[in-house]
Amino acid sequence: MSAQPVAVQPIPRGALSRRVGGRALDWVPALVVLVLVLVIWEESIAIFDIKRFLAPQPSAIAANFWDNRGELLHGGWFTFQEAFGGWLIGCGLGLLTALVLARWRRLGRALMPYSIAASAIPIIAFAPITNAWFGPFGKTSKMAIAAVLCFFPVFVNTVRGLTSVRPSSIELMRSYAAGEIDIFRRVRFPTALPFIFTALKIATVLSMIGAIVGEYFGGAPEALGVLINSRNATFDFEEAWAGIGVACAFGIAFYLAVAALERLALRGAPSTEE
Amino acid sequence: MSVVEIQKLTKRFERGDVVALQDIDLAIEPGEFVSLIGPSGCGKSTLLRVIGDLIPPTSGTVTVNGKPAPRARADHDYGIVFQDSVLFDWRTVAKNVALPLEMLGWDRGKRKARVDEMLGLVELDGFGDHHPWQLSGGMQMRVAIARALAFEPALLLMDEPFGALDEMTRERLNGELLRIWDASESTVVFVTHSIAEAVFLSTRVAVMSARPGRIADIVDIDLPYPRAAQTREEARYFELVTRVREALHLGSDLDAVAQ
Repeated sequence: MSAQPVAVQPIPRGALSRRVGGRALDWVPALVVLVLVLVIWEESIAIFDIKRFLAPQPSAIAANFWDNRGELLHGGWFTFQEAFGGWLIGCGLGLLTALVLARWRRLGRALMPYSIAASAIPIIAFAPITNAWFGPFGKTSKMAIAAVLCFFPVFVNTVRGLTSVRPSSIELMRSYAAGEIDIFRRVRFPTALPFIFTALKIATVLSMIGAIVGEYFGGAPEALGVLINSRNATFDFEEAWAGIGVACAFGIAFYLAVAALERLALRGAPSTEE
Repeated sequence: MSVVEIQKLTKRFERGDVVALQDIDLAIEPGEFVSLIGPSGCGKSTLLRVIGDLIPPTSGTVTVNGKPAPRARADHDYGIVFQDSVLFDWRTVAKNVALPLEMLGWDRGKRKARVDEMLGLVELDGFGDHHPWQLSGGMQMRVAIARALAFEPALLLMDEPFGALDEMTRERLNGELLRIWDASESTVVFVTHSIAEAVFLSTRVAVMSARPGRIADIVDIDLPYPRAAQTREEARYFELVTRVREALHLGSDLDAVAQ
């Protein structure tokens, strides 16, 4: 559907190794920045004599992570399960609501205000409430928070995708006497897919944030958010920082997994690069 | 039997109370290449869509292959090409051409054979595995034509298919379209706003005037086929271009008088 006349190029085959090589080279500037930041952080704490409750040295955090890796990774895995469950529920409901809204406009108009209202929920205020509803120690209460956070971006993007089909595409399908189901399957859904994946990726990171915020208001003793909170309280700042690092790592890994799924699903699309 | 038969067709758009088409009578015979030409807003694209049952008429009758237009659409009696090639980026070229065949429930083997045949017809052999965005605008349009003809419809409807292309590409594709038309033995209804294109391609040119849209004149193009680049340099070609141009101006002068 791209109207841009572009030069004809053959599909590159057998150039995978070169492309992977190119990808690795793309990462070099980011790695340089990371190393620079770590070095400046490490040195400035020593030079300016910054108190360890403000920011411990990266080397101390790394050492602490290594000593407590069992506890930290277990906590991260526990919290990730909560986030993942919430992600599934939130994204599922967001998709479903969007499909209903795009298909049955009248019902959609009835649901739209509440879907928007869901995005306005102050998540920090909401966390104690889900703890009360589902019990603070189980995973369900944290899944509920993550789900609420994931719902809105998925819902909005899916509606946008499903309704951004060009009229001429619909006319083409109607010229083949296609019904609504065929138009949905062959045009609307494929058109919406890049929009949906963008939202699913945003939702991965949101779900981790939701789960950890929830744990701050009480959660299983093994959960990562609970651990970070209690280490802060006992002045064990190195482990608190290590816990934050683990939370980031799980969030990034989740994001990359969905991004990989996206690349698989949208292969052949003009641009899945960001 | 006419491929397209239009009688007393009127189309009024409720929104804005616009009379897009008024009292259109037109019969198109098998094997004809009829161009609809006119100023923008004369309803030529609307007329094409009414023939394809993509827009319902307000009054009058349209038959395609002797059937009411809705029946003809349900029976896949026509293929259509738009100004925008409307190729789906997530499908390869081959799968784009195969789309109407999938809708008709053809099995994989039969689809593949026909797709190869169609890509040969539009001279895109070997491009089946490419994606549309890897092709030039002209090549994308050839894919759209291959898709429209893949199920061998009796009628090909084309809505300014070359309007977005540069002059060179347009002239080359004009020549190719005539070759494809000859090979596929289909009937073509072609909407354009280029006089040169209409005269070069058509057996007949229907000149339309605007507000309300109606057929002001029909010019028979008696240039012999096959037509080639030299055709555009013949005296008779220029006479016919002039004739169509005058008919167009006469149409718009009448508009001016009416207002």
